[in-house]
Amino acid sequence: MNKDLRSELRTKYAINAIVMFAVITLAAISFTVGAFALAPQFQAALLWIVLFFSASSGLPRVFIKEEESKTVNALKLSSSPLGVFLGKLMFNLILLLILASIIVPLFIALMGVNIKGLALFVLIVVLGLLGLSGASTIVAAIVAKAATKGTLFAVLAFPILLPLLITTISATDYAMGGGTITGGFSHIQILVSYIGIMLTISILLFEFVWQE
Amino acid sequence: MLWKYLLGLWMAAVIAAAHLLPIPQVKGLGETARIIFFHVPVAWVALVAFTIAAINSIRFLHGRNMEFDYRSYAASQLGLFFCLLATITGSIWAKVTWGSFWNWDPRESSIFVLLLIYGAYFALRSAIEDESRRAALSAVYTIIAFVTVPFLVFVIPRVYFSLHPAPLVNVHGRLEMDIRMLLVFLASLFGFTMLLFWMYQLQLTITRQELKEE
Repeated sequence: MNKDLRSELRTKYAINAIVMFAVITLAAISFTVGAFALAPQFQAALLWIVLFFSASSGLPRVFIKEEESKTVNALKLSSSPLGVFLGKLMFNLILLLILASIIVPLFIALMGVNIKGLALFVLIVVLGLLGLSGASTIVAAIVAKAATKGTLFAVLAFPILLPLLITTISATDYAMGGGTITGGFSHIQILVSYIGIMLTISILLFEFVWQE
Repeated sequence: MLWKYLLGLWMAAVIAAAHLLPIPQVKGLGETARIIFFHVPVAWVALVAFTIAAINSIRFLHGRNMEFDYRSYAASQLGLFFCLLATITGSIWAKVTWGSFWNWDPRESSIFVLLLIYGAYFALRSAIEDESRRAALSAVYTIIAFVTVPFLVFVIPRVYFSLHPAPLVNVHGRLEMDIRMLLVFLASLFGFTMLLFWMYQLQLTITRQELKEE
């Protein structure tokens, strides 16, 4: 993770790509919606669509970068698979958190969103991003060795992420409407269990993907 | 070989019974409830197939024996096929009962996601040339896919309100089906499971031929 962070700080490639993608998508949405005030469900859905698609454009790079710069073998020799996976996972998570901290306020401002249950909203965003980075990292590892990387990532990751997406959107909608943390507990339960299952399974399986 | 003929007769009897047996008229379902004899067994068989695929994937990762990759691939193909049948039968029933073929009801949505997940499996397989790497990555993906299945099939439809008829083994743990219906239903379930077994043997032979030739 340290290595990824340092190289990222030097080039700023991934963060640029991902933020630009998100900003452009957001601008497109805001422009086409215009002055029309969307219902909270639509706003929730659009926010998460922007986040998910931006993530899918930026996250696979974590492993593809290694393949491209041929540092894969060095990495395999130097650290344990678990270390590699957690490092990549942390990096993806930080990337997503930075993205969200830029996009979410922007989204709120541009789309005229009125969030009544702020604490729950923030919690849902963080949990959603955790789930997103968890599932995406393992899929990124799988895709890194395949031929059609970019599109294959979307094809593989999105169905797996759909349960997460559905839950986060409805939870966000609930939070916007003034839900409390206790009220949204069932949503939180689903999110936490999804994250738990995905992380466990990813950690268990990563080793098999990593070795040839 | 004899058992295949017997199975054919069995299924014919099941289909006849499914259509001719007098069933209790549940309000709002009526005669359409007959779909249960086909829709549920087919969905069940899809789940069994996906389980077989996942188990064989785990076995593959353990020993790296290509045989398990063939089994997993064959099982996934059948699983996807039966899942598609379940979706289609469900959709037809939805048209008759609710008036539209597709409405993104939570049950409908989750079966759609399941189709996508296993469809993506085939996209993955076709994107990797090297045989052993393809087998390893497919195995990993099958396991991840299988982990999402309980979520999609059991959790989400129970948490979110759905128009899909309540599971007949209700929360009190009692079966609420009329005994004759239950018999035909179980017979259908058994018949379809045997059908899966037969198709699996066939598909496995085909798969072994296909993949060994590479």
